[in-house]
Amino acid sequence: MAESAALSDPGAPRAGLAVSLRGVTKIYDNGVAALGPLDLDVAKGEFVSLLGPSGCGKSTALRLIAGLSAPTSGSVGVARSAGADGARHSIGFVFQEPTLMPWASVRENVRLPLKLSHAPPEEAAVRVSAALTQVGLADFAGAFPRELSGGMKMRVSLARALVTDPDILLMDEPFAALDEITRFRLNNDLLALWRSLRKTVIFVTHSVFESVYLSQRVIVMSARPGRIGAEFHIDAPEPRAEEFRTSADYAGYCRKVSSALAPSYQGQSV
Amino acid sequence: MSALPSPPVAAEQANVGSRPLFLLRILLPVIVLAAGIAAWEFVVRLNDIPPYVLPAPSVVFQTLGTDWPVLSGSLLTTLLTTLEGFLAAAVGGIVLALLFNQSKWLEYSLFPYAVILQVTPVIAIAPLLLIYLPQQTAVVACAWIVAFFPVLSNTTLGLNSVDRNLAGLFQLYGASRMQTLRYLKLPAALPYILGGLRIAGGLSLIGAVVAEIAAGSAGAGSGLAYRIAESGYRLNIPRMFAALLLLSAAGIVIYALLALTSHLVLRRWHESALGKDN
Repeated sequence: MAESAALSDPGAPRAGLAVSLRGVTKIYDNGVAALGPLDLDVAKGEFVSLLGPSGCGKSTALRLIAGLSAPTSGSVGVARSAGADGARHSIGFVFQEPTLMPWASVRENVRLPLKLSHAPPEEAAVRVSAALTQVGLADFAGAFPRELSGGMKMRVSLARALVTDPDILLMDEPFAALDEITRFRLNNDLLALWRSLRKTVIFVTHSVFESVYLSQRVIVMSARPGRIGAEFHIDAPEPRAEEFRTSADYAGYCRKVSSALAPSYQGQSV
Repeated sequence: MSALPSPPVAAEQANVGSRPLFLLRILLPVIVLAAGIAAWEFVVRLNDIPPYVLPAPSVVFQTLGTDWPVLSGSLLTTLLTTLEGFLAAAVGGIVLALLFNQSKWLEYSLFPYAVILQVTPVIAIAPLLLIYLPQQTAVVACAWIVAFFPVLSNTTLGLNSVDRNLAGLFQLYGASRMQTLRYLKLPAALPYILGGLRIAGGLSLIGAVVAEIAAGSAGAGSGLAYRIAESGYRLNIPRMFAALLLLSAAGIVIYALLALTSHLVLRRWHESALGKDN
């Protein structure tokens, strides 16, 4: 098995794992216990969804994995690929909002991670156009974010996350603000990308239907503090497409996941 | 276009409606100005008011022509002072804001004094500056004192209003402080900085004029404000009006130039520079 995790990394997870959380908790400065204790293993190349009501700490878990905040206790292990330097970066993050720089063109926005890591300009240009082609926006490289629709902005955000060729893609409710039609299209595009690139994807969502459609494994979280409530393996045949969305299997999985989600919003005053 | 009946009609109406509106916005002030000048001229002529009490507009314009050699030199002096004060304010305000942004200690130590400098009337500081500094330096210093604060406070505001997720993204990709400043904070602050500069332009003219008046006849002063004071002593009221006219015109031109710069820099992306339809 080709093992590229750097063993010198103290937080590096076991072989074959991309991400490994052990007893992770997060308590914010104002005393709110947001998360945990949480144990979570994600295998390399796996597509995992974290599903739960808002405020269940799923975004917090994602930020911890990304290293955007530090856990109060426990360990966060992320496999660093051997070549993760220069133009490579092991983690790509897609935020809830497109989070684009309004003053920069689509091309410049996608180039940003490469610019920050001082990648050579020729290589950067090639990678940027490849990433834009992957998300189907090759013709919009010169446009400014405000000239794009919500779905297109999200594609730019995705291209920016892909441009460093990361091993792990962290997505924080990326399609939550989009209309359903755009959302379905982006779901299919994301699945196609995942099939061809085989990245590890951790996808945070509050939509049962989206999580079942996309993932190999759905992790249902309960709220305050966020813990793992239930876990489902979605063993639907690959490649999935629109017919899976209307299949009886799909409906069955959705029903099971929904009923597992029910306890976490019962007793909530929202 | 014409296949869909209702929206294009509405759009056309908006187009048709916006053009006269634009003309109206220019035409109306011009009409008011013309009416005002005509009334002024009329009142002066009708009552035979002598020019040393109230000169007719025609006399003011005439004076502007005959005194042009003197006035143009003074205009140049004042504009130069304003420009120097403005540049000092722009550089000083932006650099100080950047330093404050990098070091909270520096901000906490110095920001109160920036506020004190701003709230103390410059007309009261000017005589002191004129004692301790060479005259030209003192005048520029006055212009700087009045003008730098809006640049400082606006730039500080801009640097602090960076999108949190974008900041997280920069952190994720291991951006250095310089990179974050150059690629994120400065562009994000640009609209605010330009807004500050727009205010600073007019204020540096005011600062220059105040300092010139305070300097008075104390030697080499030959700016427009000095001309106004001097003409006042000599009861040369038409020249006072002419100099005042030039000062207002200078202020308007400075504002227009800065507004245009701001528009050109921001037009591709910032809300403030976009039309309503976009």
